Amino acid sequence: MSEETAQTRTIAVDMVARVEGEGALRVTVKGETVQDVELRIFEPPRFFEAFLRGRHYEEVPDIVARICGICPVAYQMSAVHALEWVFGLRIDGGLRDLRRLLYCGEWIESHALHVYMLQAPDFLGYESGLAMAKDQAAVVTRGLRLKKAGNAIMTLLGGRSVHPVSVKVGGFSRVPLRRELEGLKDELLWARDAAVETVHWVADFDYPEFALDYNYVALRHPNEYPFNEGRVVASSGLQISASEFEQHFIEHQVDYSNALHCKLQGSSYLVGPLARLNLNQEHLTPLARQVLADRRIELPLRNPFQGIIARSVEILYALEESLRLIELYESPSEPALPVVVRPGTGMACTEAPRGILYHRYEVDVDGVIRDVKIVPPTSQNQARIEQDLRLFMPRLLRLPDKGAALACERIIRCYDPCISCATHFLNLEIKRESIA
Amino acid sequence: MFDPDERQRPRLAVVKFASCDGCQLSILNLEEDLLALGRMLDIAYFPEASSDMRPGPYDIALVEGSITTAEDAHRILALRQQTKVLITIGACATAGGIQALRNWADVESFKRAVYPSPAYIQSLSTSTPISEHVHVDFELWGCPIDKGQLLRVITDLLVGVQPRLPADSVCLECKRRGNVCVLVAKGLPCLGPVTRTGCGAICPGMGRDCYGCFGPSEGARKGPGLPPNTTSLARHFHSELQLVPIEVMRRFRGINGYVSPFRAESDIWENKS
Repeated sequence: MSEETAQTRTIAVDMVARVEGEGALRVTVKGETVQDVELRIFEPPRFFEAFLRGRHYEEVPDIVARICGICPVAYQMSAVHALEWVFGLRIDGGLRDLRRLLYCGEWIESHALHVYMLQAPDFLGYESGLAMAKDQAAVVTRGLRLKKAGNAIMTLLGGRSVHPVSVKVGGFSRVPLRRELEGLKDELLWARDAAVETVHWVADFDYPEFALDYNYVALRHPNEYPFNEGRVVASSGLQISASEFEQHFIEHQVDYSNALHCKLQGSSYLVGPLARLNLNQEHLTPLARQVLADRRIELPLRNPFQGIIARSVEILYALEESLRLIELYESPSEPALPVVVRPGTGMACTEAPRGILYHRYEVDVDGVIRDVKIVPPTSQNQARIEQDLRLFMPRLLRLPDKGAALACERIIRCYDPCISCATHFLNLEIKRESIA
Repeated sequence: MFDPDERQRPRLAVVKFASCDGCQLSILNLEEDLLALGRMLDIAYFPEASSDMRPGPYDIALVEGSITTAEDAHRILALRQQTKVLITIGACATAGGIQALRNWADVESFKRAVYPSPAYIQSLSTSTPISEHVHVDFELWGCPIDKGQLLRVITDLLVGVQPRLPADSVCLECKRRGNVCVLVAKGLPCLGPVTRTGCGAICPGMGRDCYGCFGPSEGARKGPGLPPNTTSLARHFHSELQLVPIEVMRRFRGINGYVSPFRAESDIWENKS
């Protein structure tokens, strides 16, 4: 849709597709310069932080899972870790491994969905994974089966893949038997090979030249690729614990969006697979390293479009890690540690598929939640997406409106934004002030 | 059964309101069946999965999410006019969802709790199910929906059968699965006796109590279409399991808290708190 007036030119696309949730983009251009970029998230707010107040801590994992159908485990993990901090619980051994395995399942499921069904169609010229399936049935079937492998892990450990039910403060309501986990192995071995093929497949895509200087932010753990634990580190040098998060990461509200913008020292930064991979490359497995070397892919990756490569490498890592955890598994004697309620405030960060997810809970003497703060990855990446668009726009100005709009959507999709999380459909509006 | 000619296939729309996208993901989780679905139906509008978004009219619309803004209240009216068979998918669209907890609160204070500048936020003071706004042809319960139930309903529609799904309680499924009763054996406040079947009795299967994510069952004692006996279960929670009234209230005021009879039961126990 195009409207022209004497002063400005406005181009609007009703919605950017293939993202989770609803938002809009407005770009104002004057001559050859980009004046303003506003990513507006108009997904209606659902007020989770407000209605968690007054609920009992035991209800939290079931409630926060509903923030997002795509990454419910991330919400459950950040929540139970923060609450366990309050109660002085430390989860180790088999229970810790199972949480790590559950997180692997979510990464595989969420990343495979994004790689195959949401982002790859951009590189191959299709409007959807379903349309792609008409010409490339084998590839799409491989992607869907990979996703299913992730779902199988989640279903075994959590009862179902969307909103799993077994996660609780202290551990799980039920832990699997060794032979149940063994039952996953054949499919995970197939999926590991499919993940190698996936890295090769995406490495052949045609990437626009677009390298940026990001401030990458991710968790780092001394001896493993991060899921639930680690310090928050930034390529700018920051190294803090989750309890210090709010002292460095400040949320701002902007009048055009229902999602808050989070900034680090006043600047945008990047969370998610690219940031994680660049900051944690030494914890990759030999196979993942080998595949990167075979394809001459050097880290750090600095091109946002190559997020799909990072995501594919993480699918491979998560499958190898799943197989390792299953191999090592010894069923814990109890499915959960006993909880002794005590009042206090707890914070935790974990690595959702889209990046760091921060939770803080204040709990009273009865175990009832008094205050909550949740900072999802998409609100952290929002300012960075706007900045990427600002930097990429100049090369789009000569394109017709529709072409420019589609290119902007492609950049936004690189981030796998989960707008449902951030508050959820994307409208694009380009406002061009007339070139005198 | 359907003409392979694209123009003859029924046109499907998947439309989202306030929600977590989990029910749409359940559609994508159909995996290979998803490709079959794509052959049988013309997926005319499904923004989460495709950039190819075509206007109505639609033969079937699957609606996820509840109505929480004035704009969405208009959008559902427009969708209804363009749709032959409108099906709600999930607790948000069918019962208002977890975000309907706002219906008992002062939303202005909610805005202040979440946003530094609440005036920027446009939101209704309520979260309501689709059926409070337009006629709904079929309701698919669950948070999230069960993909097997979804496939069943779509298949029924494709072959011209009026869809029907079981509405009895989780308990029956639990017994069929041979689970140990967590209410009796463990003393957990399980909502299974008053909750609609469909999930596969997952929670008791995982050693915990059902939290009612498929909404109220029907006809446990009195017959189809009549409410389950929440009163008796709530009293049991209170007198046998020693839950204090506010705990009984919270039990019923969850994922499907806004739908009767869960809403009525939670209000009774709130007044006792």
